[in-house]
Amino acid sequence: MKKEINKAQEAFEDGSEENSKKRKMVVPGEVIVSGEDYLPGEGARREGENVVASRFGLAEEAGRVIKVIAITGAFIPRRNNAVIGRVTNITFNGWIVDIDSASSGFLPIDESPRFINKSEMDQFLAIGEVVSAKIWSVNTRGIDLTLKGKGLGKLEGGFIFRVSPNRVPRVIGREGSMINLIKEKTGCNISVGQNGWVWVKGQDVDSEIRARKAIEFVTEKVYVEGLTEKMEAWLQEN
Amino acid sequence: MTEKFKRPSGRALTEMRPISAKVGVVPNADGSAMFAFGNTIAIAAVYGPRQLHPQHMQDPAAGILRVNYDLLSFSVSERKKPGPSRRSQEISKMTEWALSPVLDLENFPNTVIDVQIYILQADAGTRTAGINAASLALAHAGIPMKNLVCSVAVGKQDAELIVDLDKEEEDYREGEGATDFPIAKIANTDQFTLIQLDGKIQPERVKEALNLANKACEQIYEVQKKALKEVIEQ
Repeated sequence: MKKEINKAQEAFEDGSEENSKKRKMVVPGEVIVSGEDYLPGEGARREGENVVASRFGLAEEAGRVIKVIAITGAFIPRRNNAVIGRVTNITFNGWIVDIDSASSGFLPIDESPRFINKSEMDQFLAIGEVVSAKIWSVNTRGIDLTLKGKGLGKLEGGFIFRVSPNRVPRVIGREGSMINLIKEKTGCNISVGQNGWVWVKGQDVDSEIRARKAIEFVTEKVYVEGLTEKMEAWLQEN
Repeated sequence: MTEKFKRPSGRALTEMRPISAKVGVVPNADGSAMFAFGNTIAIAAVYGPRQLHPQHMQDPAAGILRVNYDLLSFSVSERKKPGPSRRSQEISKMTEWALSPVLDLENFPNTVIDVQIYILQADAGTRTAGINAASLALAHAGIPMKNLVCSVAVGKQDAELIVDLDKEEEDYREGEGATDFPIAKIANTDQFTLIQLDGKIQPERVKEALNLANKACEQIYEVQKKALKEVIEQ
């Protein structure tokens, strides 16, 4: 069964047709399946006999569990999401980071990778600087961030831009195939946050712009199959 | 009487104007939709959930819905002065009440979901078109919802019950005059989220009018569903 789940996941990320018959577009309130054999997962609920969609998206069957995958809408922060944000304020014990969601993230001083003196916080991260962080917890009081982890930390130089957070899985590709291809062909350093912010830094502005255009090409062609091959062709031309 | 009664537009008594809907019309919004009843066109854009200011309006138990309805200055034959008015404030509030029963916002405490409804062309039935568009836009923004909301105006011209009044019918002054009876309901249920009444109707005919609205809402629901499912093929 695990294999099936992985396959379905891959099909979603890859957009290939062979597995997509298991997924269908649903609107809120629509009955996805009926019967006691199924369990409602994320974005679905049980109403008597039926499993009903509680949001708009693609309904997917993974074994007995029915879930609805978001294809539109704002970023909803979840634990362990890697995000890119911008420091908006410094408090006595941490940084306030705008991560483009309903509430801003809080990065405590203890969650920085090395010891930082409270009087020198702005030397490590000043207001307006961009940081790649991981969501450590989401609760009613707010979102807590951490910098402890691989690939996290301050992003220096380059520039950031936004793509739809729902397109991030496609930009990354299966096991990072898409993003690695773009990195390789443009020679840029690229970091993609789950919140849809993308940071690009390259040798020169031309390669940075090329990388940005490549990523925007992917987000426009989200529902096309064999996207990695198309990307390779696009990179040949441009 | 029934045989020779003709609506000014030549429509049958229970016939709606041609309806159309499109989802994803505002690229910078989190969700958006257009809905049209004939010449009445509404667009709705949804932003959020996002932080709510002023802070005293925040609800730590659940997110809130904030609707702003407005007629654009060129939507009516006599230029409308832009900006909020008594009428637009009332319709904004009433649209909030019509939509909030289907929203599940307890996962977004202290936040607001902003819905902007703009009427591009007005030919009566703007509030119902606005509710239909807003319902689509909220679904498009990925907001957790129990169901879609469908809205239509039924009414009475002289003694005849009719569906989806246009401006000419709304301004009818002969006989019993015109009655405008806008309703909104949760799709596929018997739950009404809005009932307004402007004009006169015999109490025993209200049930009949609501039945007409139910039938019209079924058609609207199909159009809404189709519009949402088409968004993927952009």
